[in-house]
Order: sequence, then structure tokens, then C-alpha cells
Amino acid sequence: MTLHRPIIKTAAETGLAEQFAKLVGPGAERAAAFAAFAEVGLPTRRNEAWHYTDLRSAMAVAAPLAPAPDAGRIEAARELLALRPKIGDVRLVMLDGRYVESLSDSAPVGLRASVLEGAPTTGPSDAIVALNTAFAQTGLKLEIAEGAQLAPRIEIAHILGAPISQSVYSRVEISLGVGARAGFCEVFAGAGAETQRNALVKLTLGAGAQGSLTSVIDDFAGLHLESQIADLGADAEFSAFALVAGGALVRRQLFVGHQAPGAKIALGGLSLLDGQRRADTTLEVTHGAPNGQSREYYKHIVADEAQGIYQGKVIVKPYAQKTDGGMKSQAILLSPTASMNNKPELEIFADDVVCGHGATVGALDPEQVFYLEARGIARTEAEAMLLEAFGADAIDRVEDETVAEYLRERMRAWLAARS
Amino acid sequence: MLEVKNLSVSIHGKPILDGLDLVVETGQVAAIMGPNGSGKSTLSYVIAGKPDYEVTGGDVLLDGVSLLDLPPNERANKGVFLAFQYPIEIPGVATMTFLKAALNAQRRSRGEADLTTPDFLRAVRASAATLKIDFDMLKRPVNVGFSGGEKKRAEVLQMSLLAPRIGILDETDSGLDIDALRICAEGVNALRGPERSFLVITHYQRLLDYIKPDVVHVMAKGKIVKTGGPELALELERNGYRDYADVAA
Repeated sequence: MTLHRPIIKTAAETGLAEQFAKLVGPGAERAAAFAAFAEVGLPTRRNEAWHYTDLRSAMAVAAPLAPAPDAGRIEAARELLALRPKIGDVRLVMLDGRYVESLSDSAPVGLRASVLEGAPTTGPSDAIVALNTAFAQTGLKLEIAEGAQLAPRIEIAHILGAPISQSVYSRVEISLGVGARAGFCEVFAGAGAETQRNALVKLTLGAGAQGSLTSVIDDFAGLHLESQIADLGADAEFSAFALVAGGALVRRQLFVGHQAPGAKIALGGLSLLDGQRRADTTLEVTHGAPNGQSREYYKHIVADEAQGIYQGKVIVKPYAQKTDGGMKSQAILLSPTASMNNKPELEIFADDVVCGHGATVGALDPEQVFYLEARGIARTEAEAMLLEAFGADAIDRVEDETVAEYLRERMRAWLAARS
Repeated sequence: MLEVKNLSVSIHGKPILDGLDLVVETGQVAAIMGPNGSGKSTLSYVIAGKPDYEVTGGDVLLDGVSLLDLPPNERANKGVFLAFQYPIEIPGVATMTFLKAALNAQRRSRGEADLTTPDFLRAVRASAATLKIDFDMLKRPVNVGFSGGEKKRAEVLQMSLLAPRIGILDETDSGLDIDALRICAEGVNALRGPERSFLVITHYQRLLDYIKPDVVHVMAKGKIVKTGGPELALELERNGYRDYADVAA
């Protein structure tokens, strides 16, 4: 956040300031977070991390803050949830940005689920994270006890009471104790065109802990801002995967790092974009200690006038020797007006590391399409088969086969809706 | 019956076929031989409907129906099968998934129900056994990691499953050793019958020792320049194509 203070506040920035002024007793941390945001305003292209997504011009207004859900909304949400297949064995519900215990399953042995009270802990220096810190209320705190091997998969369902003009801030903090193991899924659904989401999940993994997190962005439309922060202890392992199937403007930012040796990080995702939708995945992986490993593998299928953005930065600190990093981004463009921006960055300050990156953007191979057509398969079906193969290659990296199959099924539905 | 009438084709503005006439009678096996660049592969691609070729004149009819305005899949479902000279590798698409999609596309085009999985497996196993194809090979993605011989056998397997009206073999002998050539040829011969035609495109007589043609056409410079019996292939083997180099000019 090294930008100059914008001279003229936009309507959205003014609206945010008015909303913050009306918060009752925000406390020092929230006030500091909002002040940090107000200092820089909404990010623009001049901010390197936002080079391809000008949020300041994309966000015309600050939608009204969603109120705490009342009994009517909670009942409506119960019906909505009944219609959505569970990904997890245990489902915890964030309604309109707030953890609602009465809609949630009870936590299994080894997991403690509670309301995240007070001001959330601060995160990386970023305008969206700062806004989340300033506004998020009644978050969800999950603690996995030291050594606990959590067999049930935990789903965190982020749903909305109504697809109306409102802004929803949510905060989930997950800590895995030393040697603990658990798998999580976050599902975002129910947003409408004028919904503005700002979701943040923060994971802390103790030494030797193993955590996985799958995110599914399945909103009908709307603005989706999401920050994922993970801090790994010694020899901890963290894997994250995101399927972006919905949302009109999606910005996912990941800040993942380790300050103790031997951590393993595997990040991946598949974005399915059509119409005028846009998805921006920007990640920063910091190797702050030796013997770390990181893999990033992202794929985009971009149709119509949609836009895909991938920015991946891997930072290797001077003492992070023997770091092993590999980054790959691949995109298929399905129309002449679809676009993809890839920006891999390596900042390496250690001298004994192996780091590489590769990015490709192309069309479907016409020879492959013709081969399938020549066997009687209609063009749309042939294309869907090839796209499914392309996307499945990313999904195949999700170790939990139940989750992987859910993701494949969602991808097939998207492909079928296209053709 | 396949009829090619006065067919002219260009690619990127360059004429390749020049008023080509050809009839393959139902039940007939016709061979087309000709030097490199005579337009043999172009002819096979144009019949199958590959994009990028511009048909500047003439027509192609299968059983009296013009194919040229149909997309490739509809031609396939009417009974055109092109065995590719270089079968395409498709990573990520399992061979069995592909075969099932192809068979069901054909069945749907005829208004028939999809094959049940047991019926499908039975059909594939039977064809695979005839062609000495290891069933495990079919669990791999389409043509990925297949040897040259395996790819060609997989083409013949597809042809036997799809049971076309006309099978076009585009240099099926290229890249095959003698044993693989014999297996492929036996597979093709098993499919010969009064209701099915073949158009066998090759440079060499060798393939025709195994797949005996009823008629041999010589193609040069984008048209058929001579037609004869199987002995014509032997004559070409002895004398090469030099006699035909200037015929079409």
C-alpha cells in the first residue's frame, strides 16, 4: 500500500467511510484497519498487485451492510441449504457473513467451533484485507486440537438470505495444532448482481500439521473479493484448490508462507469464465525458511468476452535455501474476444534454490476437435470433452476424491450449460 | 456408393484437386495410388469434412446424398469413416469414453437408444481381440503413448465398431512393420462385405498384397489419370510414377 492518497473519493469510498462511521463501538483495531484503508482507497491499476483489476472503477457504490440475519432469514436459509448438496460431512453455515450456529451441524470430536468475537487479527497490508478487518462481524473460529486427525470433511457454506444489494463481510480463522490433520471446503453461493462479498479465511498450521482447503465460488453473480491467508509451521503441509464457476467479478488473493523449515505448499485452481465475467487470482507465496516446497497449478477456460487473470509471485528469502518451487498457468480461450493475463513473478534472494514457472494460453486444438467430429461426435460435445479433459487435469490434483468428483460434476454442468 | 464428381479443392488459395471424378461402388475395394503431393490425403480429408479446405467446384455423394454441406460428425454418422494417416493424441480423454461417445452419437443419429455398458464392453472386447489389442491399452487416453502400430490398430478397431458404409484408409501402411500391417489388413478384410466400400490410399503396392483391391486408380496432380485392375499396382511398383508425371498437366 504505497500509493498516494486519492485526491477525490469515489462514491463507493465515501459510502464505505459513512458505513464505518455508523458502526457502534468498532474498537481500536477496526479503526486502525479502516484508517489504513482510507489512506489508500480502493485499489487501482497503479497498484502492481491490482494491475489487471481496477476495483476503484469497477465498484461504483458501497452496497449497504447486510444486517445480522433475523429469524425469517434464518428460516429461509434453512430451506435453501436443504436444496444444496453437502460437500462436507459436517456443515457450518455463514449466513450473510455471520456464523449461525443454529443452522450448523455440531462439531465433531477434535474440532472446536466458536464465534470469532472482537476484532479479527490483522492480516497482510492490503486494502481488501483492511476492509474485512474493519467490517467483519461474528466470524467463525475453528480450532483443531494438537494431534487430532479429523476424519470428517468440514464444509463452510457461505450463503445469503437474499440476492439483493448488500455487502457481506465474513471472517473465518482456522488453526491446526501441532501434527493435526483436517480438510475444509468453503462454498460461496446465493449472491446476486448487486451483492458485494468480502471474505477472508486465515489458516495457521502448527508444526507437522496437514490442512487442505477447497473453495467453490458458485455465486450467480456479484462482486466476490476473497483473501486467503495461510501460515505454515515446520514441516507442515497446506494444499488449496479453488473452482471459480460463478461471480461477475472475482478477485481471489492468497498470501501463503512459512517462517519455519520444511513446509509444503500446493495451490491450484480452475476458473470457468463466460459472458463478461472476470476472475483474478493473485497469489503471493513466501518461503521464509529453508527446505520449503511450493507448487502452483492454475487453469482457466475463458469464453465469450470474459477475462482471466493469474498473477503468481513466489518470494524466496535470503535464508530460505533449498527451496523447491514450481508454478504453472494454462488457459484456453474459446472466442476471439476472450482474454487471459498471466503474470508469474519470482523474487529469489537465496542462491541454492530450484524455482521455475511456465504459462500457456491457446485455443482448443482444431486437429483434436476434427478427430472427434470425424467419429460422429458433434462439435459442441467434442469441445466439451476436450475442455473437460483440460479442466480435470487441474481437479485431479485434489486428493480427496469425493471433493474432486463434486468439482468435476460442477465443471460438467458448466460445460453443458455452455453448449 | 461413393461418387466424387468433378471435384476441385483449394487450400489457402492453392488448387490441390482439379476436377476429380471417382466412383466407388458399394461392396468395392478401390485403391488410390499416386506420388507425393498428388492430392490423395486432401481427397480423404475433404470427403470426411476437415475444415480449411475450400471446395471450389463439384460434389461428393454417399448413397446419392451430397456430403459437402454436412458437418464432419453428420458425415461420419451417415457412414463415412476416415482412418487417419497420423491418428491424433488426445490427453485426458479416455479411449473407452471416446469410443462410447462415438458409438452413441451414431446410434442417436439413427434414433436408437444408447448402448448399455455391458453391450458396449462386449462389442469392444470382441473387436479388440480380433485386432490383438490389449484391453489395458484402451484404458489409456486416446492414442496417448500408443506405438505407431497400436495407433493404426486402434483406427481399425474404431472402424469395426462404427461399421461404416465406406472406410477410407489414408496411408494406413505408413509406419507399420510387416506384422502390424498384416494384423491391420486382416482387420480390414474381416470388414469387407457387399454393403461396405473401401478407399485405400497408399504409395506402395505392399499394402495391396494384404488388402486385395477390386480396382486401382492412379492419381496425379489432383485428378485420376488412370484406372485399372490390381495389375496396375504391380506395374506402378515396377515403373514408378514417372509415366504419369505429365499426364495431368
